[in-house]
Amino acid sequence: MTKIIKYILHDIFRNRILLAYVVLLSLSSFGLFMMNEDVSKSLSSLLNVLLIVVPLVSILFTTVYFFNSYEFIELLVAQPLRRSSILLGVYCGVGLSMLVVFWLGVGLPVILFEGTEVGWYFLLSGSLLTIIFVSLAFLASVLTRDKTRGIGISLLTWFYFTLIFDGILLMVMFAFSDYPLEKTTILLSCLNPVDLARILVLLKMDISALMGYTGAVFEQFFGSAIGIGIALTVMIAWIAIPLLLALQIFKNKNL
Amino acid sequence: MIHISELQKRYGKIEALRSINLDFDVSKVVALVGPNASGKTTLIKCLLGMVIADAGTILFDGKDIAGDVSYKKRIGYMPQIGRYPDNMRMGYLFRMMKDLGSNRVFDKFDEELIEAFGLPTMFNKPMRALSGGTRQKVSAALAFLFDPEVIILDEPTAGLDPLASELLKQKIAREKAAGKLILVTSHIMSEVEEMADQIAYIVEGEAIFYKTITEIKSETGENRLGQALFHLLHNRI
Repeated sequence: MTKIIKYILHDIFRNRILLAYVVLLSLSSFGLFMMNEDVSKSLSSLLNVLLIVVPLVSILFTTVYFFNSYEFIELLVAQPLRRSSILLGVYCGVGLSMLVVFWLGVGLPVILFEGTEVGWYFLLSGSLLTIIFVSLAFLASVLTRDKTRGIGISLLTWFYFTLIFDGILLMVMFAFSDYPLEKTTILLSCLNPVDLARILVLLKMDISALMGYTGAVFEQFFGSAIGIGIALTVMIAWIAIPLLLALQIFKNKNL
Repeated sequence: MIHISELQKRYGKIEALRSINLDFDVSKVVALVGPNASGKTTLIKCLLGMVIADAGTILFDGKDIAGDVSYKKRIGYMPQIGRYPDNMRMGYLFRMMKDLGSNRVFDKFDEELIEAFGLPTMFNKPMRALSGGTRQKVSAALAFLFDPEVIILDEPTAGLDPLASELLKQKIAREKAAGKLILVTSHIMSEVEEMADQIAYIVEGEAIFYKTITEIKSETGENRLGQALFHLLHNRI
Protein backbone atom coordinates (compact mmCIF):
# COMPACT_ATOMS: atom_id res chain seq x y z
CA MET A 1 0.00 0.00 0.00
CA THR A 2 2.82 2.43 0.83
CA LYS A 3 4.23 1.80 -2.63
CA ILE A 4 0.91 2.73 -4.23
CA ILE A 5 0.75 5.92 -2.13
CA LYS A 6 4.26 6.75 -3.30
CA TYR A 7 3.35 6.40 -6.97
CA ILE A 8 0.12 8.38 -6.58
CA LEU A 9 1.98 11.22 -4.83
CA HIS A 10 4.66 11.19 -7.52
CA ASP A 11 1.94 11.55 -10.15
CA ILE A 12 -0.31 14.03 -8.36
CA PHE A 13 2.27 16.66 -7.51
CA ARG A 14 3.03 17.18 -11.17
CA ASN A 15 -0.60 18.13 -11.68
CA ARG A 16 -1.03 21.74 -12.77
CA ILE A 17 -4.61 22.04 -11.49
CA LEU A 18 -3.41 21.32 -7.99
CA LEU A 19 -0.81 24.05 -8.33
CA ALA A 20 -3.47 26.48 -9.52
CA TYR A 21 -5.57 25.55 -6.49
CA VAL A 22 -2.71 26.36 -4.09
CA VAL A 23 -2.23 29.72 -5.79
CA LEU A 24 -5.96 30.49 -5.64
CA LEU A 25 -6.20 29.55 -1.97
CA SER A 26 -3.16 31.50 -0.88
CA LEU A 27 -4.13 34.54 -2.95
CA SER A 28 -7.57 34.67 -1.34
CA SER A 29 -6.23 34.01 2.17
CA PHE A 30 -3.37 36.51 2.04
CA GLY A 31 -5.60 38.98 0.19
CA LEU A 32 -8.34 38.82 2.81
CA PHE A 33 -5.90 39.10 5.70
CA MET A 34 -4.13 42.10 4.21
CA MET A 35 -7.22 43.98 3.10
CA ASN A 36 -8.93 43.94 6.48
CA GLU A 37 -7.44 45.48 9.56
CA ASP A 38 -9.61 43.38 11.80
CA VAL A 39 -8.24 39.85 11.60
CA SER A 40 -11.43 38.22 12.83
CA LYS A 41 -13.34 39.88 10.00
CA SER A 42 -10.96 38.45 7.44
CA LEU A 43 -11.33 35.06 9.08
CA SER A 44 -15.11 35.16 8.74
CA SER A 45 -14.74 36.09 5.06
CA LEU A 46 -12.27 33.27 4.65
CA LEU A 47 -14.83 30.99 6.27
CA ASN A 48 -16.91 31.27 3.10
CA VAL A 49 -13.96 30.04 1.05
CA LEU A 50 -13.52 27.25 3.54
CA LEU A 51 -17.15 26.15 3.44
CA ILE A 52 -17.73 26.46 -0.30
CA VAL A 53 -14.50 26.35 -2.31
CA VAL A 54 -12.63 23.74 -0.28
CA PRO A 55 -15.39 21.09 -0.45
CA LEU A 56 -16.01 21.81 -4.13
CA VAL A 57 -12.39 21.51 -5.20
CA SER A 58 -11.80 18.47 -2.97
CA ILE A 59 -14.72 16.50 -4.35
CA LEU A 60 -14.28 17.53 -8.00
CA PHE A 61 -10.53 17.11 -8.18
CA THR A 62 -10.70 13.70 -6.48
CA THR A 63 -13.43 12.42 -8.79
CA VAL A 64 -11.65 13.59 -11.94
CA TYR A 65 -8.36 12.20 -10.67
CA PHE A 66 -9.96 8.85 -9.85
CA PHE A 67 -11.38 8.46 -13.32
CA ASN A 68 -8.14 9.60 -14.92
CA SER A 69 -6.25 6.92 -12.98
CA TYR A 70 -8.72 4.22 -13.92
CA GLU A 71 -6.08 2.66 -16.19
CA PHE A 72 -3.59 2.63 -13.37
CA ILE A 73 -6.15 0.99 -11.07
CA GLU A 74 -7.01 -1.63 -13.68
CA LEU A 75 -3.34 -2.40 -14.14
CA LEU A 76 -2.94 -2.87 -10.38
CA VAL A 77 -5.98 -5.12 -10.01
CA ALA A 78 -4.38 -7.72 -12.32
CA GLN A 79 -1.35 -7.74 -9.98
CA PRO A 80 -1.21 -9.71 -6.72
CA LEU A 81 -2.51 -6.80 -4.68
CA ARG A 82 -5.64 -6.69 -2.54
CA ARG A 83 -8.36 -4.51 -3.94
CA SER A 84 -8.79 -2.85 -0.56
CA SER A 85 -5.12 -1.89 -0.43
CA ILE A 86 -5.28 -0.56 -4.00
CA LEU A 87 -8.25 1.69 -3.22
CA LEU A 88 -6.87 2.74 0.17
CA GLY A 89 -3.51 3.49 -1.43
CA VAL A 90 -5.09 5.78 -4.00
CA TYR A 91 -7.29 7.32 -1.27
CA CYS A 92 -4.38 8.09 1.03
CA GLY A 93 -2.36 9.49 -1.85
CA VAL A 94 -5.12 11.86 -2.95
CA GLY A 95 -6.18 12.73 0.61
CA LEU A 96 -2.61 13.51 1.68
CA SER A 97 -1.97 15.75 -1.27
CA MET A 98 -5.26 17.61 -0.79
CA LEU A 99 -4.29 18.20 2.84
CA VAL A 100 -0.83 19.44 1.92
CA VAL A 101 -2.40 21.82 -0.59
CA PHE A 102 -4.91 23.08 1.99
CA TRP A 103 -2.22 23.71 4.57
CA LEU A 104 -0.02 25.49 2.05
CA GLY A 105 -2.83 27.68 0.75
CA VAL A 106 -4.86 28.34 3.89
CA GLY A 107 -2.91 26.89 6.81
CA LEU A 108 0.18 29.01 6.34
CA PRO A 109 -1.56 32.41 6.13
CA VAL A 110 -3.93 31.59 9.00
CA ILE A 111 -1.07 30.59 11.29
CA LEU A 112 0.85 33.74 10.32
CA PHE A 113 -2.03 36.16 10.90
CA GLU A 114 -4.25 34.40 13.42
CA GLY A 115 -2.32 31.66 15.19
CA THR A 116 -4.88 31.59 18.01
CA GLU A 117 -7.36 28.99 19.17
CA VAL A 118 -9.88 30.24 16.61
CA GLY A 119 -7.29 29.85 13.86
CA TRP A 120 -6.50 26.29 14.85
CA TYR A 121 -10.19 25.37 15.00
CA PHE A 122 -10.56 26.93 11.58
CA LEU A 123 -7.77 24.79 10.18
CA LEU A 124 -9.00 21.65 11.91
CA SER A 125 -12.48 22.09 10.42
CA GLY A 126 -10.96 22.77 7.00
CA SER A 127 -8.77 19.66 7.13
CA LEU A 128 -11.72 17.51 8.17
CA LEU A 129 -13.90 18.98 5.42
CA THR A 130 -11.17 18.28 2.87
CA ILE A 131 -10.92 14.62 3.84
CA ILE A 132 -14.70 14.22 4.14
CA PHE A 133 -15.19 15.42 0.58
CA VAL A 134 -12.37 13.20 -0.69
CA SER A 135 -14.24 10.26 0.91
CA LEU A 136 -17.52 11.32 -0.68
CA ALA A 137 -15.76 11.64 -4.04
CA PHE A 138 -14.49 8.06 -3.78
CA LEU A 139 -17.98 6.84 -3.05
CA ALA A 140 -19.34 8.77 -6.05
CA SER A 141 -16.55 7.40 -8.26
CA VAL A 142 -17.01 3.71 -7.50
CA LEU A 143 -20.76 3.94 -8.02
CA THR A 144 -20.40 4.29 -11.76
CA ARG A 145 -17.98 3.54 -14.60
CA ASP A 146 -18.83 6.65 -16.51
CA LYS A 147 -16.68 9.71 -15.84
CA THR A 148 -19.38 12.24 -16.68
CA ARG A 149 -21.89 10.53 -14.43
CA GLY A 150 -19.33 10.31 -11.63
CA ILE A 151 -18.61 14.03 -11.84
CA GLY A 152 -22.37 14.68 -11.93
CA ILE A 153 -22.93 12.71 -8.74
CA SER A 154 -20.07 14.58 -7.08
CA LEU A 155 -21.41 17.99 -8.07
CA LEU A 156 -24.87 17.06 -6.83
CA THR A 157 -23.42 15.90 -3.52
CA TRP A 158 -21.62 19.21 -3.11
CA PHE A 159 -24.77 21.14 -4.06
CA TYR A 160 -26.75 19.15 -1.55
CA PHE A 161 -24.43 19.85 1.34
CA THR A 162 -23.76 23.53 0.62
CA LEU A 163 -27.16 24.70 -0.61
CA ILE A 164 -30.03 22.23 -0.69
CA PHE A 165 -29.59 20.90 2.84
CA ASP A 166 -29.70 24.38 4.36
CA GLY A 167 -32.78 25.16 2.31
CA ILE A 168 -34.54 22.07 3.63
CA LEU A 169 -33.41 22.91 7.15
CA LEU A 170 -34.84 26.43 6.87
CA MET A 171 -38.11 25.05 5.53
CA VAL A 172 -38.38 22.60 8.42
CA MET A 173 -37.67 25.33 10.94
CA PHE A 174 -40.17 27.65 9.32
CA ALA A 175 -42.91 25.02 9.16
CA PHE A 176 -42.46 23.99 12.78
CA SER A 177 -41.64 27.44 14.15
CA ASP A 178 -44.28 27.03 16.84
CA TYR A 179 -42.35 24.20 18.44
CA PRO A 180 -39.05 24.33 20.31
CA LEU A 181 -36.63 23.04 17.70
CA GLU A 182 -33.26 23.94 19.19
CA LYS A 183 -32.33 20.40 20.17
CA THR A 184 -33.58 19.02 16.88
CA THR A 185 -31.44 21.49 14.93
CA ILE A 186 -28.37 20.22 16.71
CA LEU A 187 -29.25 16.73 15.61
CA LEU A 188 -30.06 17.83 12.08
CA SER A 189 -26.83 19.75 11.72
CA CYS A 190 -24.97 16.50 12.36
CA LEU A 191 -26.36 15.33 9.04
CA ASN A 192 -24.31 17.94 7.23
CA PRO A 193 -20.53 18.11 7.75
CA VAL A 194 -20.40 21.61 6.23
CA ASP A 195 -22.81 22.89 8.89
CA LEU A 196 -20.79 21.19 11.60
CA ALA A 197 -17.63 22.88 10.38
CA ARG A 198 -19.41 26.22 10.26
CA ILE A 199 -20.76 25.86 13.79
CA LEU A 200 -17.39 24.79 15.19
CA VAL A 201 -15.66 27.85 13.80
CA LEU A 202 -18.43 30.38 14.46
CA LEU A 203 -18.74 29.41 18.09
CA LYS A 204 -15.02 29.90 18.61
CA MET A 205 -15.30 33.32 16.99
CA ASP A 206 -17.66 34.49 19.71
CA ILE A 207 -20.27 35.75 17.34
CA SER A 208 -22.84 33.12 18.27
CA ALA A 209 -24.82 35.90 19.90
CA LEU A 210 -25.79 36.88 16.39
CA MET A 211 -27.60 33.58 15.99
CA GLY A 212 -30.29 34.29 18.57
CA TYR A 213 -31.68 31.67 20.89
CA THR A 214 -30.57 28.78 18.68
CA GLY A 215 -27.09 30.22 18.92
CA ALA A 216 -27.31 30.11 22.68
CA VAL A 217 -28.35 26.47 22.62
CA PHE A 218 -25.52 25.73 20.17
CA GLU A 219 -23.12 27.61 22.39
CA GLN A 220 -24.22 25.52 25.33
CA PHE A 221 -23.89 22.27 23.43
CA PHE A 222 -20.98 22.77 21.04
CA GLY A 223 -19.16 25.08 23.43
CA SER A 224 -18.63 22.29 25.93
CA ALA A 225 -15.81 19.81 25.58
CA ILE A 226 -18.32 16.98 25.16
CA GLY A 227 -20.13 18.88 22.41
CA ILE A 228 -16.89 19.50 20.52
CA GLY A 229 -15.95 15.87 21.02
CA ILE A 230 -19.29 14.74 19.58
CA ALA A 231 -19.00 17.13 16.63
CA LEU A 232 -15.52 15.85 15.82
CA THR A 233 -16.64 12.24 16.14
CA VAL A 234 -19.52 12.87 13.77
CA MET A 235 -17.14 14.45 11.29
CA ILE A 236 -14.80 11.48 11.50
CA ALA A 237 -17.81 9.25 10.86
CA TRP A 238 -18.42 11.36 7.77
CA ILE A 239 -14.93 10.36 6.64
CA ALA A 240 -15.15 6.70 7.55
CA ILE A 241 -18.63 5.71 6.42
CA PRO A 242 -18.42 6.83 2.76
CA LEU A 243 -14.93 5.34 2.54
CA LEU A 244 -16.04 1.98 3.95
CA LEU A 245 -19.02 1.92 1.58
CA ALA A 246 -16.71 2.73 -1.34
CA LEU A 247 -14.35 -0.09 -0.32
CA GLN A 248 -17.24 -2.54 -0.10
CA ILE A 249 -18.51 -1.59 -3.55
CA PHE A 250 -15.04 -1.59 -5.10
CA LYS A 251 -14.34 -5.11 -3.78
CA ASN A 252 -17.19 -6.53 -5.85
CA LYS A 253 -16.85 -4.28 -8.86
CA ASN A 254 -16.29 -5.67 -12.35
CA LEU A 255 -13.37 -3.93 -13.97
CA MET B 1 -3.03 -26.47 -12.66
CA ILE B 2 -6.27 -24.56 -13.25
CA HIS B 3 -9.62 -26.24 -12.73
CA ILE B 4 -12.77 -24.35 -13.66
CA SER B 5 -16.17 -25.75 -12.83
CA GLU B 6 -19.68 -24.48 -13.50
CA LEU B 7 -18.49 -20.90 -13.85
CA GLN B 8 -21.28 -18.41 -14.43
CA LYS B 9 -21.37 -14.66 -14.90
CA ARG B 10 -24.12 -12.25 -15.89
CA TYR B 11 -23.87 -8.56 -16.71
CA GLY B 12 -27.39 -7.39 -16.06
CA LYS B 13 -29.49 -9.24 -18.61
CA ILE B 14 -26.58 -10.51 -20.66
CA GLU B 15 -25.32 -13.96 -19.78
CA ALA B 16 -21.59 -13.69 -20.43
CA LEU B 17 -20.72 -17.14 -19.06
CA ARG B 18 -23.38 -19.82 -18.86
CA SER B 19 -21.48 -22.74 -17.49
CA ILE B 20 -17.81 -23.17 -18.13
CA ASN B 21 -16.01 -26.38 -17.20
CA LEU B 22 -12.37 -26.53 -18.20
CA ASP B 23 -9.04 -27.93 -16.98
CA PHE B 24 -5.69 -26.47 -17.93
CA ASP B 25 -2.41 -28.28 -17.41
CA VAL B 26 1.22 -27.23 -17.37
CA SER B 27 3.53 -27.42 -20.38
CA LYS B 28 0.63 -26.73 -22.69
CA VAL B 29 -0.51 -23.93 -24.90
CA VAL B 30 -4.28 -23.75 -24.80
CA ALA B 31 -6.14 -21.56 -27.27
CA LEU B 32 -9.51 -20.11 -26.33
CA VAL B 33 -11.36 -19.73 -29.59
CA GLY B 34 -14.87 -18.53 -30.31
CA PRO B 35 -16.94 -15.82 -31.92
CA ASN B 36 -16.80 -12.21 -30.75
CA ALA B 37 -18.59 -11.61 -27.44
CA SER B 38 -18.66 -15.33 -26.65
CA GLY B 39 -17.18 -14.81 -23.19
CA LYS B 40 -13.46 -15.42 -23.73
CA THR B 41 -12.31 -12.17 -22.19
CA THR B 42 -14.80 -12.49 -19.33
CA LEU B 43 -13.42 -15.95 -18.60
CA ILE B 44 -9.88 -14.56 -18.50
CA LYS B 45 -10.93 -11.68 -16.30
CA CYS B 46 -12.58 -14.15 -13.91
CA LEU B 47 -9.32 -16.08 -13.76
CA LEU B 48 -7.52 -12.87 -12.82
CA GLY B 49 -10.11 -11.79 -10.28
CA MET B 50 -10.86 -8.62 -12.24
CA VAL B 51 -14.43 -9.79 -12.68
CA ILE B 52 -16.11 -11.68 -9.87
CA ALA B 53 -18.12 -14.69 -11.00
CA ASP B 54 -21.72 -15.19 -9.86
CA ALA B 55 -21.44 -18.93 -9.39
CA GLY B 56 -18.95 -21.76 -9.84
CA THR B 57 -15.39 -22.18 -8.70
CA ILE B 58 -11.92 -21.71 -10.07
CA LEU B 59 -9.22 -23.79 -8.44
CA PHE B 60 -5.63 -22.70 -8.93
CA ASP B 61 -3.28 -25.49 -7.93
CA GLY B 62 -6.15 -26.99 -5.93
CA LYS B 63 -6.94 -23.75 -4.07
CA ASP B 64 -10.09 -21.71 -4.61
CA ILE B 65 -9.16 -18.26 -5.90
CA ALA B 66 -12.19 -16.49 -4.40
CA GLY B 67 -10.96 -13.86 -1.96
CA ASP B 68 -7.33 -14.70 -2.59
CA VAL B 69 -4.72 -12.62 -4.36
CA SER B 70 -1.45 -14.43 -3.75
CA TYR B 71 -2.07 -16.83 -6.66
CA LYS B 72 -1.74 -13.85 -9.02
CA LYS B 73 1.96 -13.81 -8.25
CA ARG B 74 2.16 -16.82 -10.54
CA ILE B 75 0.22 -15.33 -13.45
CA GLY B 76 1.36 -12.96 -16.16
CA TYR B 77 -1.38 -11.19 -18.09
CA MET B 78 -1.41 -9.38 -21.39
CA PRO B 79 -4.74 -7.59 -21.90
CA GLN B 80 -6.47 -7.23 -25.23
CA ILE B 81 -6.08 -3.46 -25.12
CA GLY B 82 -3.31 -2.37 -22.81
CA ARG B 83 -4.28 0.83 -21.05
CA TYR B 84 -1.64 2.68 -19.08
CA PRO B 85 -1.42 5.95 -17.18
CA ASP B 86 -1.07 8.59 -19.90
CA ASN B 87 1.61 10.74 -18.32
CA MET B 88 3.83 7.90 -17.19
CA ARG B 89 7.02 7.32 -19.14
CA MET B 90 7.63 3.82 -20.39
CA GLY B 91 10.84 3.36 -18.41
CA TYR B 92 9.10 4.55 -15.26
CA LEU B 93 6.22 2.12 -15.89
CA PHE B 94 8.63 -0.82 -16.04
CA ARG B 95 10.50 0.39 -12.95
CA MET B 96 7.20 0.78 -11.10
CA MET B 97 5.95 -2.68 -12.07
CA LYS B 98 9.24 -4.24 -10.97
CA ASP B 99 9.06 -2.36 -7.69
CA LEU B 100 5.44 -3.43 -7.07
CA GLY B 101 6.25 -7.04 -7.94
CA SER B 102 9.67 -7.23 -6.32
CA ASN B 103 8.53 -10.17 -4.21
CA ARG B 104 7.37 -12.12 -7.26
CA VAL B 105 10.65 -13.34 -8.70
CA PHE B 106 13.19 -15.75 -7.26
CA ASP B 107 16.17 -14.86 -9.33
CA LYS B 108 15.80 -12.03 -11.79
CA PHE B 109 13.26 -10.38 -14.04
CA ASP B 110 12.67 -11.81 -17.49
CA GLU B 111 13.53 -8.83 -19.66
CA GLU B 112 14.08 -10.79 -22.82
CA LEU B 113 11.09 -9.31 -24.64
CA ILE B 114 11.88 -5.75 -23.56
CA GLU B 115 15.24 -6.13 -25.25
CA ALA B 116 13.94 -8.09 -28.25
CA PHE B 117 11.27 -5.50 -29.01
CA GLY B 118 13.82 -2.71 -28.71
CA LEU B 119 11.77 -0.95 -26.05
CA PRO B 120 14.68 0.62 -24.09
CA THR B 121 15.19 3.17 -26.89
CA MET B 122 11.67 4.47 -26.15
CA PHE B 123 11.93 4.53 -22.35
CA ASN B 124 11.68 8.31 -22.29
CA LYS B 125 8.38 8.51 -24.13
CA PRO B 126 5.17 8.98 -22.17
CA MET B 127 2.66 6.15 -22.62
CA ARG B 128 0.09 8.36 -24.35
CA ALA B 129 2.54 9.09 -27.17
CA LEU B 130 2.95 5.42 -28.07
CA SER B 131 1.30 3.72 -31.02
CA GLY B 132 -1.14 0.86 -30.47
CA GLY B 133 1.45 -1.70 -31.57
CA THR B 134 4.08 -0.37 -29.20
CA ARG B 135 1.61 -0.53 -26.32
CA GLN B 136 0.97 -4.16 -27.25
CA LYS B 137 4.71 -4.78 -27.05
CA VAL B 138 4.77 -3.18 -23.59
CA SER B 139 1.84 -5.36 -22.50
CA ALA B 140 3.55 -8.50 -23.80
CA ALA B 141 6.84 -7.63 -22.12
CA LEU B 142 4.99 -7.01 -18.83
CA ALA B 143 3.22 -10.39 -19.03
CA PHE B 144 6.55 -12.23 -19.11
CA LEU B 145 8.42 -9.86 -16.78
CA PHE B 146 8.00 -11.86 -13.57
CA ASP B 147 8.75 -15.22 -15.17
CA PRO B 148 5.32 -16.55 -14.08
CA GLU B 149 4.14 -20.15 -14.26
CA VAL B 150 0.92 -19.23 -16.06
CA ILE B 151 0.83 -16.72 -18.89
CA ILE B 152 -2.48 -15.40 -20.18
CA LEU B 153 -2.44 -13.58 -23.50
CA ASP B 154 -5.62 -11.97 -24.82
CA GLU B 155 -5.27 -11.60 -28.60
CA PRO B 156 -1.52 -11.11 -28.34
CA THR B 157 -0.62 -10.64 -31.98
CA ALA B 158 -3.42 -8.22 -32.92
CA GLY B 159 -1.65 -5.02 -33.92
CA LEU B 160 1.89 -6.39 -33.68
CA ASP B 161 4.21 -6.08 -36.65
CA PRO B 162 5.31 -9.36 -38.32
CA LEU B 163 8.74 -9.37 -36.70
CA ALA B 164 7.36 -8.70 -33.22
CA SER B 165 4.65 -11.32 -33.51
CA GLU B 166 7.25 -13.87 -34.62
CA LEU B 167 9.42 -12.95 -31.64
CA LEU B 168 6.41 -13.37 -29.37
CA LYS B 169 5.53 -16.79 -30.82
CA GLN B 170 9.10 -17.98 -30.35
CA LYS B 171 8.98 -16.75 -26.77
CA ILE B 172 5.72 -18.64 -26.20
CA ALA B 173 7.28 -21.84 -27.58
CA ARG B 174 10.31 -21.45 -25.29
CA GLU B 175 8.16 -20.84 -22.23
CA LYS B 176 6.02 -23.86 -23.01
CA ALA B 177 9.16 -25.99 -23.28
CA ALA B 178 10.14 -24.62 -19.87
CA GLY B 179 6.97 -26.14 -18.41
CA LYS B 180 4.69 -23.11 -18.34
CA LEU B 181 0.97 -23.06 -19.00
CA ILE B 182 0.01 -20.55 -21.66
CA LEU B 183 -3.57 -19.46 -22.39
CA VAL B 184 -4.12 -17.58 -25.62
CA THR B 185 -7.16 -16.17 -27.32
CA SER B 186 -6.98 -15.54 -31.02
CA HIS B 187 -9.14 -15.23 -34.10
CA ILE B 188 -6.37 -16.18 -36.51
CA MET B 189 -6.57 -19.94 -37.06
CA SER B 190 -3.21 -20.33 -38.78
CA GLU B 191 -1.64 -18.77 -35.72
CA VAL B 192 -3.57 -20.97 -33.32
CA GLU B 193 -2.45 -24.00 -35.33
CA GLU B 194 1.12 -22.83 -35.07
CA MET B 195 1.13 -22.08 -31.33
CA ALA B 196 -1.45 -24.18 -29.54
CA ASP B 197 -1.75 -27.80 -28.43
CA GLN B 198 -5.38 -27.70 -27.41
CA ILE B 199 -8.41 -25.69 -28.38
CA ALA B 200 -11.31 -24.77 -26.16
CA TYR B 201 -14.13 -23.57 -28.37
CA ILE B 202 -16.45 -21.18 -26.55
CA VAL B 203 -19.85 -20.14 -27.85
CA GLU B 204 -22.30 -18.00 -25.90
CA GLY B 205 -20.58 -18.60 -22.62
CA GLU B 206 -20.20 -22.35 -22.93
CA ALA B 207 -17.22 -24.47 -23.90
CA ILE B 208 -18.76 -26.64 -26.59
CA PHE B 209 -15.62 -28.67 -27.12
CA TYR B 210 -12.11 -28.95 -25.74
CA LYS B 211 -9.76 -31.03 -27.84
CA THR B 212 -6.20 -31.26 -29.06
CA ILE B 213 -5.51 -29.97 -32.53
CA THR B 214 -4.48 -33.43 -33.79
CA GLU B 215 -7.78 -34.85 -32.51
CA ILE B 216 -9.75 -32.19 -34.33
CA LYS B 217 -7.88 -32.81 -37.54
CA SER B 218 -8.16 -36.59 -37.47
CA GLU B 219 -11.86 -36.50 -36.55
CA THR B 220 -12.71 -34.30 -39.47
CA GLY B 221 -10.14 -35.58 -41.93
CA GLU B 222 -9.13 -32.02 -42.77
CA ASN B 223 -5.57 -30.77 -43.01
CA ARG B 224 -6.10 -27.14 -42.19
CA LEU B 225 -7.35 -26.18 -38.75
CA GLY B 226 -9.68 -23.49 -40.06
CA GLN B 227 -11.42 -25.95 -42.34
CA ALA B 228 -11.51 -28.63 -39.67
CA LEU B 229 -13.21 -26.24 -37.24
CA PHE B 230 -15.67 -25.17 -39.88
CA HIS B 231 -16.46 -28.81 -40.57
CA LEU B 232 -16.92 -29.60 -36.88
CA LEU B 233 -19.15 -26.63 -36.17
CA HIS B 234 -21.16 -27.04 -39.32
CA ASN B 235 -22.02 -30.61 -38.36
CA ARG B 236 -23.29 -29.50 -34.99
CA ILE B 237 -25.78 -27.13 -36.53
